[in-house]
Amino acid sequence: MIFETVIGVEVHAQLRTNSKMFCGCGTTFGLSANSQTCPVCLGLPGSLPVINQTAVEMAVRAGLALHCTIAANNRFARKNYFYPDLPKGYQISQYESPICEHGWIEIRDGSGTRRIRIRRAHLEEDAGKNIHETGTSGSRVDLNRAGTPLLEIVTEPDMHSADEVVAYLKGLRDILMYLDVCDGNMEEGSFRCEPNLSLRPSGQKEFGTKVELKNINSFKYVKDAVEYEIKRQTKVLTEGGKIRQETRLWNIERGETAVMRSKEEAHDYRYFPDPDLVPLKLDQAWIDGFRSRLPELPAVRTKRFVSDYGLPEYDATILTASKGMADYFEACVKQFPQPKIVSNWVMGELMRELNNSGTDIAVSPVTPERLVSLLQLVDRGVISLKVAREIFPELYSSGKAPEQIVQEKGLTQVSDEGALEQIIAEVLSKNPAQVAQFKEGKQQVLGFLVGQVMKASGGKANPGKVNELLRKKLR
Amino acid sequence: MSLHKLTLCELQKQFQAGEVTATEIVRAYFLRIGHVEPKVKAFVTQAKESAFMEAEVLDRKLKGWRKTLPLTGMPLAIKDNICTEGISTTCSSRMLQNFVPPYDATVIAKLRAQEYILLGKTNLDEFAMGSSTENSAFGPSRNPWNLHCVPGGSSGGSAAAVAAEECVAALGSDTGGSIRQPAAFCGVVGLKPTYGRVSRYGLVAFASSLDQIGPITRDVSDSAFLLQAIAGHDPMDSTSVDRPVPDYMKALQKRDLKTVKVGVPVEFFTEGLDQDVEQSVRAAIGELKALGAEIKEIRLPRTDAAVAVYYVIATAEASSNLARFDGVKFGFRAKETKDLLDLYMKTRQEGFGPEVKRRIMLGTYVLSAGYYDAYYGKAQAVRTLVCQDFDAAFKEVDLIVTPATPTPAFKLGEKSEDPLQMYLSDIFTISVNLAGLPAIALPCGFSKEGLPIGLQLIGRAFEEETILRAAHAYEQSTQWHLKKPTIR
Repeated sequence: MIFETVIGVEVHAQLRTNSKMFCGCGTTFGLSANSQTCPVCLGLPGSLPVINQTAVEMAVRAGLALHCTIAANNRFARKNYFYPDLPKGYQISQYESPICEHGWIEIRDGSGTRRIRIRRAHLEEDAGKNIHETGTSGSRVDLNRAGTPLLEIVTEPDMHSADEVVAYLKGLRDILMYLDVCDGNMEEGSFRCEPNLSLRPSGQKEFGTKVELKNINSFKYVKDAVEYEIKRQTKVLTEGGKIRQETRLWNIERGETAVMRSKEEAHDYRYFPDPDLVPLKLDQAWIDGFRSRLPELPAVRTKRFVSDYGLPEYDATILTASKGMADYFEACVKQFPQPKIVSNWVMGELMRELNNSGTDIAVSPVTPERLVSLLQLVDRGVISLKVAREIFPELYSSGKAPEQIVQEKGLTQVSDEGALEQIIAEVLSKNPAQVAQFKEGKQQVLGFLVGQVMKASGGKANPGKVNELLRKKLR
Repeated sequence: MSLHKLTLCELQKQFQAGEVTATEIVRAYFLRIGHVEPKVKAFVTQAKESAFMEAEVLDRKLKGWRKTLPLTGMPLAIKDNICTEGISTTCSSRMLQNFVPPYDATVIAKLRAQEYILLGKTNLDEFAMGSSTENSAFGPSRNPWNLHCVPGGSSGGSAAAVAAEECVAALGSDTGGSIRQPAAFCGVVGLKPTYGRVSRYGLVAFASSLDQIGPITRDVSDSAFLLQAIAGHDPMDSTSVDRPVPDYMKALQKRDLKTVKVGVPVEFFTEGLDQDVEQSVRAAIGELKALGAEIKEIRLPRTDAAVAVYYVIATAEASSNLARFDGVKFGFRAKETKDLLDLYMKTRQEGFGPEVKRRIMLGTYVLSAGYYDAYYGKAQAVRTLVCQDFDAAFKEVDLIVTPATPTPAFKLGEKSEDPLQMYLSDIFTISVNLAGLPAIALPCGFSKEGLPIGLQLIGRAFEEETILRAAHAYEQSTQWHLKKPTIR
């Protein structure tokens, strides 16, 4: 039997607010345990939550970018369950009226683009972390993360393969990072994804029993886990077995999924409106204000980079993956209107240095102005492309202007005919055999002679000029 | 006259004039506490040491430059479910027996900023769940008028302390009548402000949509005075309302009730109402009329549903609010547990008393999948109807007058075996919380047995001034509040 895979995805994106969802504590990752806590996020008796307005704004902006309807009336709800990392015994979340609903995001698949529908996105608070160290008795609880704002984004079951899931997740992550509402760090857990997956015989309308996958913290694992699970379920069904509704954890070492809990153990969360928080009303004009100020998003910008700058789609996709890079590229092109050359430099030399030093492009030591100066030096023939590439690391690390480096190192390209003719005369006298061969009609010897001249000049000779002069001499 | 006999306003006047020092006040009160507390048992914690220290600091400071704030040097008792930094806050529960909050509730911060002196933390029904203080893990408080009777609850310790003159005034909290019912039982004045008028930040939550902190005092002026000190918007409490706080003392200046329309809801004068209570309340209504009020019969038809609605909503919220007491982070933790589930179960089994467990179970049930709509959903819908009753009534009248309780104080143990009977002792106060309205209970007579009877005045939201004005006018024309118990 042939099966069709149906996949929906839940993403928990940590919002990049300075303070937590319901108190003033900081949200920095990796500080000493319980150092970012207060009576509110510790759930001390008597403490009360207050909604972080910035988190609401970020959720609205994300919702608008995902083409969602933004709810005018918001209500927070309590999700009740016991766990040591959940200080109040309930998580403040949204249940009946999520802040964002009915959106979509476009992904590219082999044949073209396709929409994945977003069912809802709602605000909630993160839990803390339980720490189980070997060699110590009992477990410890770190509540630094407790109360960090999360946007939970849930799709409709619109995906059918691991590649589509990855494409969706990459697209979503790009958008959230573009809006600067999430840092997208999967390893630190700022962008966590939980695909749920079921199989059904091709042509059948009803969904099969779905399994939820957890503990996936990279795109590679997303692909591996989903592909593993498709194979596993196919095998079970082919052998006449039944899929149990359960949550399965991805085991990185073993490369397989294993049961975490079954449906029978599922909680009754007893959701009800949180009486500590009054209904949050969002003004339509306020929402529209964010809509009008929404930045151009990756998908639209990619298309524009192809049509306006004539870039290959590959370049356009990479350049628009982060807003910082796209902005940098456009700043350069404004002053140096040769997009493909700029693209090569940004994606090549610049990205290499930025990655090596772990620097964000927004604070790149080589500003768009500096890069443009360098490209102009090449364009005007002052230095060769080779020299430009060679000095780029110094340009990056020293903070000096390219002109200054070129001057200090005496790297200016030699185009002066008198000086070049002298070098050429020397090279020709040293290589009489090759000169003879060329005169006999062996054109390819010219390349060798150009190389010798370049070498003798220390790489500074203008190759075009050398070529031209050599041909004249040998005629 | 002994210092402990003065009202808050009187004591304040003497202190501001420099006629008495803070240390003298504190000494007088702990002398009084020493005499009567063994009988009344109003306090869970006495803050004797810190009270004397604070008094000395104040006296020394005031020697140099006599600059005082309204509450400087005033000795108050605080219900033990309101967080006080550095002083244990137990909620009269084994669960929080050793809990010392690292922060002050907003009301405490406000009182502290006005240099009040904390005498101690008063007893309550565990987590404010009850109507008699018999549910306290540390034993019941007694009614100063008759030590065999309950002081009411849940703010029974605060009401008893005020009635027994163990403090000049106190703070309580009111979820379904927990300020007004004990005030009525103890013959003192208790004011439940409008929901949102006083910050709940630092009040250990029982039912978040109903809880409100308020004053328990010897007379109406003192309630106005203390409300002034604690009212106002708090950015830490989203449910507190951002609107200006009027001058409540000024509201007391009008001594007559001309132009005030007072409604008498027929549903509050039916069977089950004690005869003495009915007589006293009817007489009080006559007095209001004599003061110039126009008396009108009104209807609040959903009154009979209020208790049921309350015990669904309050327990639902409580079941969630009390989830944090799990033995992991603070408070009591059971010993010798084998795993996480065992830790949760034993901690909550040993840490909570029977009434708290009963309500957690009720609340958990009404929120459960499959029952939510039938119970919690329905209760919310009926709550709206209860509010509409009041809305309609307040189109016709400015105030509603009712008995505060169906009977005077009952005997210890009389109702503790019958939760339903106990729940019904709040029948006249509960609907006010459901509607979030302000209401005051004040003395309006005594039963044949010599137990106090309380009158309740209910006002429109944020119209505490009207209630205080009417209550004050009534009080001025009667003598009930001047009668004091003999504690024996």
